[in-house]
Amino acid sequence: MKCCRVVGPMWATVKHPAFAGRTLFVVQPLDERGTDAGASFVAIDHVQAGVGDKVLVLTEGNGVRQILKMGDQVPIRSIIVGIVDHVETGA
Amino acid sequence: MYLGIVKGTVVADRKASGLEGTKLLLVQPVDEHGAPVGDVQAAVDRVQAGVGDLVYLVGSREAALACDPWFVPVDAAIVGIVDGVDVPGARP
Repeated sequence: MKCCRVVGPMWATVKHPAFAGRTLFVVQPLDERGTDAGASFVAIDHVQAGVGDKVLVLTEGNGVRQILKMGDQVPIRSIIVGIVDHVETGA
Repeated sequence: MYLGIVKGTVVADRKASGLEGTKLLLVQPVDEHGAPVGDVQAAVDRVQAGVGDLVYLVGSREAALACDPWFVPVDAAIVGIVDGVDVPGARP
């Protein structure tokens, strides 16, 4: 899973039926200090996240299928599964 | 999943079995501002996208799951045409 910041919502009318009714967000991966690390990507929301929230994003399709319980042919790879309150690092 | 801009069409007469009839597009992955990220790639189109469209794609095994039949050798599929991204400075 990745720690990310919610950059903003996006919307699409024409999409695969598995995405119907789902909120799509652009998310930006963060490092342990909370600074941007790597390229942004798209994730669906499962925890009512909002813009600017630090979130936990699952980026593995099998886990997504277990969460959504929509059968085993769901073409979704990334899902927001938690809102991060606090990160503590050693240094 | 990630954003991309459709750059062109790929025509391939001879393809692996299962890919007959699939539409292949050339896509440049982009960030939320429309700036290129990484290399151009070929992706299966599942939403009748066209050149210039901002789309979102799914990669790896989930790309095959977007196809019908789903047991096909693809690793990128266009699964939505983006109408808008609500990000400061984003492509309209």
